[in-house]
Amino acid sequence: MQSLPITIQVFSLIGTLIFMGFIARLIVRGKLREEYSFVWIACAIILIVFSIWRDGLTQISLLLGVFYPPSLIFLFAIFAIICFLVHLSVVNSRLQQSIKELTHEVAILKKEVTDLQNTGNLVLENEKRSD
Amino acid sequence: MKSLRILVVVPCYNEQSSVAAVVEDIRRVKIRTGLPVDTLVVNDCSTDNTLAVVRTLDCLHLDLPVNLGIGGCMQAGYKYAYRKGYDMAVQIDGDGQHPADGLPKLLEPLFDDRADVVIGSRFLERKGFQSSFARRVGIRYFRWLNQLLIHKTVHDSTSGFRAFNRKTLEIVNRYYPDEYPEPEAIVQFGLHKLRLLEVPVTMEERQGGASSITFIRSIYYLFKVTLGTLFVYVRLRKQSL
Repeated sequence: MQSLPITIQVFSLIGTLIFMGFIARLIVRGKLREEYSFVWIACAIILIVFSIWRDGLTQISLLLGVFYPPSLIFLFAIFAIICFLVHLSVVNSRLQQSIKELTHEVAILKKEVTDLQNTGNLVLENEKRSD
Repeated sequence: MKSLRILVVVPCYNEQSSVAAVVEDIRRVKIRTGLPVDTLVVNDCSTDNTLAVVRTLDCLHLDLPVNLGIGGCMQAGYKYAYRKGYDMAVQIDGDGQHPADGLPKLLEPLFDDRADVVIGSRFLERKGFQSSFARRVGIRYFRWLNQLLIHKTVHDSTSGFRAFNRKTLEIVNRYYPDEYPEPEAIVQFGLHKLRLLEVPVTMEERQGGASSITFIRSIYYLFKVTLGTLFVYVRLRKQSL
């Protein structure tokens, strides 16, 4: 098999490492929760594996009977993206539900605080009057 | 007999020009009929002066810190009613579409314990504002959907002019549909085996504000409500089986 130029391999390796560093930084800074980072770390590891093991893709394609190896990448990538998007929609719906309930609680609490303040003021006024 | 307490919930989103008249209308009916009603205006995070106007009025009010839409807004009111031990709750929109004169008529079946949910319908007696053609077509479609799913005929399933008793309040305290709740809620009530009753009322054309349903959104409305209705149906049927 003809050997691919080494440059692209180096580039993809560097790119993947930068990506992984970026994810790690987001987690450290608390901007990305760990449960959502798993999928990105997994992606990065797969990318690293394939940037080192250059023949891997071709071999797997041959094994699966795929004639054009890059189409295998597209297949897996699109499938993974769709799964993750559905997951995000679920998370989003859950968040929306929580926000709704919190909003209700805050509104009712706000009303109770104002009511308490008003009765408190009344009591104070009455005390002043009786003094 | 223990004295009843009734909460009128007025959902408001940018209704600064009409909300005062609505609250005043309710107060007049209260004085005239002696109904034991409290008025609760729920401000759905309006961007105009609604909140400032509401503060000057003689009524209770809730101020939502986040805009939730009519369903979430009404549920806040219903939750309040449920927690504070109200026996009944009525929805009267803040745009002046529902004249408070209809209140006694709406509440009567609840007093007599003939129904759990009373819906004010503008189509039983064809008086007053009858809504636009497109909307009437949509309403007919929902009527058909309701008949199909819960075998009940509700002529005006998009009407927001509704009264609930305590049993219904307990249900909506737990779940009330979000975005365009009216038709979906009917299926919900039907599956909870609540007694639905429609009474004829006259409605006005809105006095202020804009309808939540513009022409472009109406297609979305149809899809959303159909989906929501079907999902509520599937979910609740599973529970009741």
